[in-house]
Order: sequence, then structure tokens, then C-alpha cells
Amino acid sequence: MPAVSKGDGMRGLAVFISDIRNCKSKEAEIKRINKELANIRSKFKGDKALDGYSKKKYVCKLLFIFLLGHDIDFGHMEAVNLLSSNKYTEKQIGYLFISVLVNSNSELIRLINNAIKNDLSSRNPTFMCLALHCIANVGSREMAEAFAGEIPRILVAGDTMDSVKQSAALCLLRLYKTSPDLVLMGEWTSRVVHLLNDQHMGVVTAAISLITCLSQKNPDEFKTCVSLAVSRLSRIVSSASTDLQDYTYYFVPAPWLSCKLLRLLQCYPPPEDGAVKGRLVECLETILNKAQEPPKSKKVQHSNAKNAILFEAISLIIHYDSEPNLLVRACNQLGQFLQHRETNLRYLALESMCTLASSEFSHEAVKTHIETVINALKTERDVSVRQRAADLLYAMCDRSNAKQIVAEMLSYLETADYSIREEMVLKVAILAEKYAVDYSWYVDTILNLIRIAGDYVSEEVWYRVIQIVINRDDVQGYAAKTVFEALQAPACHENMVKVGGYILGEFGNLIAGDPRSSPLVQFNLLHSKFHLCSVPTRALLLSAYIKFINLFPETKSTIQEVLRSDSQIRNSDVELQQRAVEYLKLSSIASTDVLATVLEEMPPFPERESSILAKLKKKKGPGAVSVNELEEGKREGGELNGGGGERGGDNSTIAASNASTPSPSADLLGLRTGPQVSAAPPSAGSLLVDVFSEAGVNDDGFLRDLEPPTESSDSLLAEGPGDSDSAPPSAVSEDAAPPLPESNELLNKFVCKNNGVLFENQLLQIGIKSEYRQNLGRMYLFYGNKTSVQFVTFTTTVSCPGELHPQLNVQAKPVEPLIEGGAQVQQVINIECLGDFCEAPLLNIKFRYGGALQNLSLKLPVTINKFFQPTEMASHDFFQRWKQLSQPQQEAQKIFKASHAMDTEVIKAKLLGLGMALLENVDPNPENFVCAGVIQTKAQQVGSLLRLEPNAQAQMYRLTLRSSKDTVSKRLCELLAEQF
Amino acid sequence: MIGGLFIYNHKGEVLISRVYRDDIGRNAVDAFRVNVIHARQQVRSPVTNIARTSFFHVKRSNIWLAAVTKQNVNAAMVFEFLYKMCDVMTAYFGKISEENIKNNFVLIYELLDEILDFGYPQNSETGALKTFITQQGIKSQTKEEQSQITSQVTGQIGWRREGIKYRRNELFLDVLESVNLLMSPQGQVLSAHVSGRVVMKSYLSGMPECKFGMNDKIVIDKQGKGGTTDDTGKSGKQSIAIDDCTFHQCVRLSKFDSERSISFIPPDGEYELMRYRTTKDIILPFRVIPLVREVGRTKLEVKVVIKSNFKPSLLAQKIEVRIPTPLNTSGVQVICMKGKAKYKASENAIVWKIKRMAGMKESQISAEIELLPTNDKKKWARPPISMNFEVPFAPSGLKVRYLKVFEPKLNYSDHDVIKWVRYIGRSGIYETRC
Repeated sequence: MPAVSKGDGMRGLAVFISDIRNCKSKEAEIKRINKELANIRSKFKGDKALDGYSKKKYVCKLLFIFLLGHDIDFGHMEAVNLLSSNKYTEKQIGYLFISVLVNSNSELIRLINNAIKNDLSSRNPTFMCLALHCIANVGSREMAEAFAGEIPRILVAGDTMDSVKQSAALCLLRLYKTSPDLVLMGEWTSRVVHLLNDQHMGVVTAAISLITCLSQKNPDEFKTCVSLAVSRLSRIVSSASTDLQDYTYYFVPAPWLSCKLLRLLQCYPPPEDGAVKGRLVECLETILNKAQEPPKSKKVQHSNAKNAILFEAISLIIHYDSEPNLLVRACNQLGQFLQHRETNLRYLALESMCTLASSEFSHEAVKTHIETVINALKTERDVSVRQRAADLLYAMCDRSNAKQIVAEMLSYLETADYSIREEMVLKVAILAEKYAVDYSWYVDTILNLIRIAGDYVSEEVWYRVIQIVINRDDVQGYAAKTVFEALQAPACHENMVKVGGYILGEFGNLIAGDPRSSPLVQFNLLHSKFHLCSVPTRALLLSAYIKFINLFPETKSTIQEVLRSDSQIRNSDVELQQRAVEYLKLSSIASTDVLATVLEEMPPFPERESSILAKLKKKKGPGAVSVNELEEGKREGGELNGGGGERGGDNSTIAASNASTPSPSADLLGLRTGPQVSAAPPSAGSLLVDVFSEAGVNDDGFLRDLEPPTESSDSLLAEGPGDSDSAPPSAVSEDAAPPLPESNELLNKFVCKNNGVLFENQLLQIGIKSEYRQNLGRMYLFYGNKTSVQFVTFTTTVSCPGELHPQLNVQAKPVEPLIEGGAQVQQVINIECLGDFCEAPLLNIKFRYGGALQNLSLKLPVTINKFFQPTEMASHDFFQRWKQLSQPQQEAQKIFKASHAMDTEVIKAKLLGLGMALLENVDPNPENFVCAGVIQTKAQQVGSLLRLEPNAQAQMYRLTLRSSKDTVSKRLCELLAEQF
Repeated sequence: MIGGLFIYNHKGEVLISRVYRDDIGRNAVDAFRVNVIHARQQVRSPVTNIARTSFFHVKRSNIWLAAVTKQNVNAAMVFEFLYKMCDVMTAYFGKISEENIKNNFVLIYELLDEILDFGYPQNSETGALKTFITQQGIKSQTKEEQSQITSQVTGQIGWRREGIKYRRNELFLDVLESVNLLMSPQGQVLSAHVSGRVVMKSYLSGMPECKFGMNDKIVIDKQGKGGTTDDTGKSGKQSIAIDDCTFHQCVRLSKFDSERSISFIPPDGEYELMRYRTTKDIILPFRVIPLVREVGRTKLEVKVVIKSNFKPSLLAQKIEVRIPTPLNTSGVQVICMKGKAKYKASENAIVWKIKRMAGMKESQISAEIELLPTNDKKKWARPPISMNFEVPFAPSGLKVRYLKVFEPKLNYSDHDVIKWVRYIGRSGIYETRC
């Protein structure tokens, strides 16, 4: 309180304050305050003629009492009276009291506003400043309403003093922040912008805060400020430290103003005007140069001011992200700070580097500091700095250094602070997945992760490892072996047991050959952990057991024994009990074939955004996720979706996106999950159907999460007839090489669908969606770039080799030669069937990825049955036709063993998917299926009849096809025989 | 099981810190200071839980005593112990103040070692403690003396040593009561109770057996039924109903339970024989009749009449009536017939003091209070008028019927003991709403 120190200092106030300070206890203090309050009350009441000095003194005491935390309910009037005084100190105390104590709905507000108005219109600059400060301190809506029009006028008026201008600018800023709707700039805009040219540095500093705030809201109106700011900045930067006198802070010219200017520039894109831009780049270079100069003072303020400007400049460089030279220099500068003595500097350097790492120009430069950062992670004493170091490692990670970084992060995890462990775990999991070159490394890493920090491994992480293991057959055996070894540790984390249970249940057979991991050993190992686990894990283990029964019939009796034991079948947990009962029944009733179908290996999961990444984002909170993080997220999302764009992690979201955007790509993902054979299709025995439908319902969250969206007959039935014809084969290849007449099994998986993933490797995912009408077809191919780097010179060619050429006419629309990282492009292929054909057209894809030429050839899934037109006919028509096609070459017959469960519904669905009409009540034997259809080619129409006779006892089928053309019969027979 | 005991001054500085158990860390001292003594909001609960640790505190003038534990202890036991601790310290060095504690810290640690063992309260009888914890440095005691102290402290009658001799066998008995009252403005009793203590000072030789009798309703009724005593008629209606009572450890509780007679071997010196509480048929020594009138927004007229309601021959002393004033009082004028009255701004009250007042009298005060108009809409809460006094009788109606002393081994009888009995009734919280 300056007034106290002045000549007319208030002695009474000083005495009172020292009394309070000397009070021994709270009670004594309250007593003293009560006494003083009574005294002030009697003074304010009695003698009306209280002079200004005593009024000021008592108001001051009241203020002090209020600040001690006591309620004050009088004295406001006296304070308002002080406002009209002509003495500075009295006016000041009055304003002080009002800005602290008057609430906005007070009745006195009118009186106060009046006093403020008087002061604003007075010519006395100190009074004007006091009034402006009061407005800003109160900052209420009422104040804004009363003065929002007045203040801009003061701000831009020519004859206003500089100090008043400063106050006015800051006051206006405050009002704008509280009630932006009331502060209308309009006509003042250009004049406010020109304050940047003001002679007085203080005015510029105050005005720039206002301009920054305003330009964030309406950047266009304030565009002109960029060039002004640049010229102002260059003047400051080029000035010698002595030029600016009052505004030089420890040899740094106007550091606050410089920072604010740089921050203002960050609101705008790089200036288009070449001269302005050149000047700005020059400024930034000068700032970077200055950082290299030896310090002019040893004082910490000097380096703080200098570094503040430097960091702001680096942010601007990062913001522009267009000057490789500057970016690299910034990076080097930050690299120096990484080893600086000051912890704060190291923190800031790490933080800025995180953003630098996401820029393509400086990514490499950032990577050179990897050793330092790793060192920081290990040795830094401050946890927040270590956290930044971990962030930076995450940001700078790419394929080249992933192994090193992941290994470092893993080793750090063992000693990491508990507060950042979960985040670290997520990061390791993401990096491991993203940059996994070979998936056995990935599996190793994640299992290590679970071992080291099991408690912090969230569900998502181990869901993810299972999804990946299931989707990659090359890693399954290795995974099974690794988890088996990991489980042998005497104490392993529950998450490890979950992963182990799931993987051994699915792929235990792959390591069963080794006597050390024979089925029984595997089972005993799992079961030894059973009793230590929580209920959800036990439920998962029970499912793994039943899968064992399928994989290894020799374990059946042991497992049934376990299931039958009281601790399972009478378990108090209803979920466990139900599983035990159902699995026990299933294993004893169902035949091996039924078991094999029910407990078939999990189908691949549809790719979606990594749930881990979503979790990391959530954990960081929207505010905390850096730009970098978000970009990473996008990239990641795109890549994993095969270009489907970002999509929520669960089925419902996919469904939602289907509903809202009927785009082909959304459809693609929605349908793709369809025809996969699930673990729980409706099965033959009605009991089993029951059992399983219930089991499905009762599946708890985590299992449901793991299972791909259940699918099957329903969706097939729905889709099949809609698309006139379905095509079976889609050649899938794993390697980039000449045409891959890939395994018939894979081909057969796609026999009944028009849509799905044609091909996927680490770089590229190709999705397909097709529709056929008569002899015409249209196919959409979606090329998704899974990496973060763009593909260049991307070309595709579709060819019809050899004899196919006259039979099929294929026209591919050109595709864009460039696919951005994480993006997806679409290609349309029109197909015309001229005559019947056996081969499939070839698709050749060439592109450059990181300089290397990639070359792939695939078979397009176009088969003759795609051009089927279903034909409904009555029983006698059918047999009449059947007899007409009785020449031996017109018939093709095959007798084969069932490779899937003989479920009527599934067979029906498949036949419908084929594209023919399924005829009911035609065959005298209801078990048999008959179908009829016409293949439409341009040249001719080929009528085809089909008869499928299942033999449930022998698990065999007899398939008979008759058509008017022998090649067609043969081809269809070949295609279909693999389907059942 | 008390884990530790800390004593702080008003600033929160630790004066005494004694930890009995390992589960209490060093930071417990700071935890209490930060969360209770320096708490932003005044902590009113005597038990505070901080980080699974319980702190029990009492405050004596500006000194905080805090017992700390991690276990689920009997809170009443802890508080009983803390009060005992205060009594013991008072008995040793008088008033509990920062200076006294600093001057006697060696003694306090010695006491703490003795009265708490691994957190379990031990003998806290001042008389017994004084025999072996003295302030006179180490006085080389003879073997016999030492063994005598040991046998006394560990024996059945730990509160009295053998071989005490007085030339004059004297006995002082004080009945100290405090009356608590809350009365409506119309004179209706909203709540009233008396909490009393029987404090004795005994200077008796040998190991005497004492028997204390009072007009307890249960005893009187029992005797009345038997029809053996002759004073049934006299004291029948004067008997009092005791709601609950507690005794000094010397009283044989089994005898009290079976016969409701209070017999004991008294400790030497001063001690509190019993504590009791009654709620029925309380004699209210004073009646306060308030009259408050608001004259406009800026003036308040208060008139208070007090009437003494006991035998005219008795004199009440130290009478003080406290009339609260509104928070926006700007001036007070007081007129009173008797005593002195003054407006105390620091306490927001008019304090009216009367030195002496006989029974069945009345006196009155009237005051004009000027108020400062405020912009606060809150109405004045009108706190009750409170009163302090001291009267020479027991407001509960308790009477000492007899106190017999038997010492078969020494040659003095009940008649040779000089006995003094005194009744003092004080005000507790004695309030009347206005």
C-alpha cells in the first residue's frame, strides 16, 4: 500500500495492523477486530463530517479486515464517497476497496459507474488510469455494458497519454474476455492494429495482447497486423541492447514484446509477401544466432529473457513448418539445451522437440539426439522431465530406431514412476505394434511388457496382442511357444495368464508336437494358474479348456474331470458355473465334427483403430494431446483400417458409421465381417443351438470384445440375394511377386461374398466391393496406405491373360499416382462377361515406398458364378430340365468329405451366396438342396442346375451340377466342392 | 493403544513429542499441525482422521494435546487419558502454559514414560506418581523405600501407601456442581442438567475404610421400604435421582452394584471421589427475563430482569450477565440499578457484573443500542443471553448424609476425624433466548 509509506501515512492503520500481527491466538485476533469494527461503525454513524483522511483510513482498515477473511457489510458508501475526492491517495483507496469488495449486483453500482465516468472524462491521466484499472479489475458484465463503447475511443484518440493508452488496451482486453459480444471493434480495428507502430513500447506491448486475443477470434480482420508485427520484430531484434533503454531487460531488448509478437505471428500462416517473409526469416535467424552468442550477463534473468524469445521463435518455426533450414537449426539449438544445467530448460527443450519430431524436415535431426534423450530418461531427477523425455522418445520413434527405443522404454519401465507407468505401457505397446517388422519381436515385447508392468497393462493392450496374433498366422506358433515359456514362471501376472489362456486355447496345437509342451503339460500349466485368478480370467480359461478338447481329444477326459468338479460346476459365480455346465455338456454330447465347427479357430478380427491408441488419447485428455499425438493418431487409425479413415473401436460405432454414411468404404467394413465362420454358428442339434445362443448372450464384456462381430448366416441371407450374384474366389497373396495362385483354402473363404479384404501386408491393404448385374459387373478397389509415408508412382493394371481375353472384358479406371500416408484411394473396375471363363483376371500393382519399388500381382476375385441370375422353378420344371441336360459331359459330379459342420442353415446361406435360386420342396428328400440359375454372358446364357446331397452319417456330400455347357459345369463344381 | 502423544503451542510448534509405537511416523507430527492447528477452516471435531491415522486432541488455553493412533481404539478411553494427563500436569506444575511446559519438559517426559506403556495407559494417580516422580532430582532412596514404592504401585491398593500418619485426622469434602440451562424467552425450560463432582481432600492416618452416603433416591427408597430408619420423613422428598455417575478407582464397585453403598480406602491428599449428572428437579438459581424491542432500523431497546430464586439467607456471588449486541452496533447506552454494566465491543456484548446478590431479589438493566444501517439483508440471529454465577448450595439438591471413617488398626474412631463439607453451585452454560 503505497499510501502508508508516504508522508501522510495512516498511523492508526499501522497500529491496528501491528496489533493484529501481535495477537497470540485466533480468539485474540477476533476480539481486536470486533473492537475495531465497533469503533469504525461508531465513527461512520456519528459525526457526519468525517474528513477525507479518516474516511480513507477507516476504509483501509475495513479492507484489511476483509482480506483477513472477515465479512464486511458496511463502509461501501464511504468508499464511493472517496471516489469523488480530488486527492490521489483517497481516490486510489476508494477504487481499491470497490474493486475488491463491490459485487456486481450491488445497488451502488450506478453511483460507482457515475464516478468512473467522471474520471474517464477528466483530463487527468492518473485519474483516468485509476478508473480504467477499476473497470478491468471488476470486469463484470455491467461494467462492460457501461464502458465498452467508451474505452476504444480513449484507446485510439490522438491526444490520449501513452500510459492511459496502455491501461485502456488492457482494460479492453479484459472486457473482451468476459463479454466478447459487447465489445464491438468494427470501426476501430485498423486504428488498433496501427498501435503496433506506436512510438511508445509500452503501448505496443499492451496493444499486442489485445490484438492477439482479438485476432484469434476473427483472424481475417486483423490480417494486416502480420506485416506490422514483422517489421516491429525486426526493429527490436536488430536493435542493440542499449537502444531501447527502458525496455531493455538485462541486456535483452524488449523481451516481453518480442515474445508477444512471435506469439501473435503464430496465429497466422507464413506471410505470403516474399519481402515480409524474408524479413521474418531473417529475424528468426538472428534470434537463433543470438542464442549462440556468449551471454552478456551471468544473471539468470538475462538467460531467461533470451531463452523465452528463443523458445517462442522455435514455436513459430514449428508452426510454419516450411523452412527446413530453420527447423534443423532449431533442433540443434534444442539439442544443446538438452544437456543444459537448468532443469527447466531441459524440460522445455524436450517439450519443443516433441513437436519438432513430427515435422518431416526435422524428424531426422531430432533423431540424432536419441542417446541424450535416453540418458535423460534414465538419469533425470525430476519426474516431469522424465515424462517429457518419454514423450519425445515416442514421438521420434520410427522404423529405424523402434527396436532401440522400445528396448530402452521397456528397461526404464522397471524403474519408472508409478504415475507414468500406465502411459509408458501404452506407448510401448503402440510403438511395438506400429513398427513391428517381424511379429515375433512384437509378441516378445508385449509379453515382456506384461511381465514387467502387468498391473499397468490395460485390457486394451492384451486384446490387441491377441487380435494381432490371430490375424497373423506366421506368428501364431511362435506366440504359443513364447507364452508357454512365459507361463512357466512361478508367479506370472494375471494378464499374462489371460493372454496365455487365449493363445494356447487357439494355437496350442502348434507346439503340441514337442513333448515338453504336450497337450497335457499345457493344460496342467494353465490349470495351475486357474485358482489364483479372478473370475473373468477363470471364465476365459474355461473357454480355453473347451478349446483344448477340440484341439487335443486326448485331454478330453482330464478336462471333463475338471469341469465336473464341484468347484466349477457348483461355482458360486453364475458365469463360471454356466460355462462349466455348458462346456461339459457340449464336450460330452457333440460329435467331434460339431465340436470342430463350434470351436473352430477364431476368424481374423476386422481391423479397426487401435484401441490402445484411443486409450492413450483418452488418458492424456483432449487438451494434453499434442498436435503430434493427434497426427500420429490419425496416421495410425488410417493405417490399421486399411484406409477406412478413423473409426471408433467397437462394432456399434462401425454400425453407426454405416448407417450415417453409406459410402462404399463404410459398407466395405460393415460387410467384411459378414461371412466369416464363427466360433458359434447355430449348429445341428437343437440342444446345442440353445446352449450356444445362451453362451453367446452371457459372454461377458471382455470376451465379446475379443470376438469379431458375430456374423454368419443372418447377414449372409440378407446380403446374398441382394447382390444378384456372389463370387467365390479371391486370390490372396502374401508376397510381392508374380501372380500367386494362392491356397485354395483362402480362396474358399471368400467364395460367398462380394466384399472383403482382398489383400493385406505391412504397407498396403486392398479392400474390395463388387456388384453384378446380368453380364456386367462393377468392382471397387480400395487401396489403403498403412504407413506414414506416401506411396508414389502408384499404378495398377488389370489384365486378362491368355484365353481369358476374349471371354472377359475388364476396364480399370486410372488411379491417382500418389497415396498419402494413412490415406486411401479408390479404383473402379468395370467388367463385362463375354463368354464363360475359368481363369481370373490379374491385378498388378506397382508403387514406390521410401524409394523401393514394390510390385504385386493378385488375382481379382471374378469368377463365373458372379454372373448367375437366380431362376425360380417348380418341381416338375426342374426335373424336366434336369433330364434334358443328361449328356455325360453336361454333368459334373463330385463326392467329397465335409470340411465344415453340416448345418442346414449355413449350407443354405452359402448356396444363396453363390447366386443361384435355392428351390424348396423340389427334391423328394428334404435333406437335399437343389438350385437353379442362369449364367449371363454376352454371347450366350448358360442354364445351370445344382443338387447337393449331404450325408450326415458319413459326413460326406455329393454335389451334382448340370449345365448346358460342359466347361461351366466343371468350373462350378470345382468352385463349390471346396465350400462345404 | 495410543501410538504417540504430542503437545503443541498455539503456533503449532511441537513442545513435547513422545512416540510409543513404530506405526507412527515422524510426519504424523506435521500432519496434525497442517491439518488441524493451521487448518483454514477451524477444526471443531476433537477426532481427526488423516491418512488412516487418528488424532485425538484437547486444548488447554493455548496448548494443544494430541494423542495419535493407527488402531481402532476406544476414543473415550483416549480422551479420559488426555484429561488425566492434564490433571497430572496441573498437579505437578500448576497451570498448563507454554512456559510451564517448556520449563518442565524433563518431568513431562518422565511422566509420559510412567503413565503410558507401549501406548497402554498405566497408573495416572497423582498421589502415587508423586512418590516416585519428583522434581527434586535423584534422591537416593533406601532399598526399603524403593520396594515399598514398587509394592504400592504394583499392589492392590496402588493409590495409597502404607504408614501414613497425621496428628490431626482431617477430611474436606466439596460438592461442586455446574448448572446448564437453555430457556425460551417465555420462561420455558428447553433443557437443563447439572453435572457435579464430589472432591475430597483427606488427611487420614493408616489405611482407613470410608463410607460415603448421600440422598440418592434409590438408597432412600430402599431404606424407606424397609422402614428401619427414622429420617424417611425428613429426607424423603429431598432425595435426588442420579442419572449416571462414575467413581474414583478406589471405590469398591462391586459393593456399589450390590448395595449401592459407596465405600473406599481413600488416597492421600486431594482427589475426585465421584462425578454425577442429574436432570430432574433442578433448582434454577436465577431466572432471566429479557425484553428486546426494535425501534426502526437503527435502534434497539433491551431490558433484562434477573430474579434470584433461593433462600434469602444465601448469597450468590460473581454474577455476570452477557447480553449480545447486533454486529452493526454503533453505540450503546446502559442504565442499571445494581452492579456495573459495560458495552464490550471486542466481544459484541453488554457485560453486566454484580458482586453479590441475596436470594429472592430481583434486579434490572436497560440498554439502548444504536445500529448502523447496512446493505446486508441478513437479519440478526439474536444469540441467547448467557449468565455466570456462583451459589453456596447444590442446585441438584444433593445432600451429604454421612461420611464414616473406620480405622480398626489405629486408635482413632469416626468421631475423632474432623470433617468439613462445602457445597458450591456454579453456572455452566446458562442461557436464555431473547
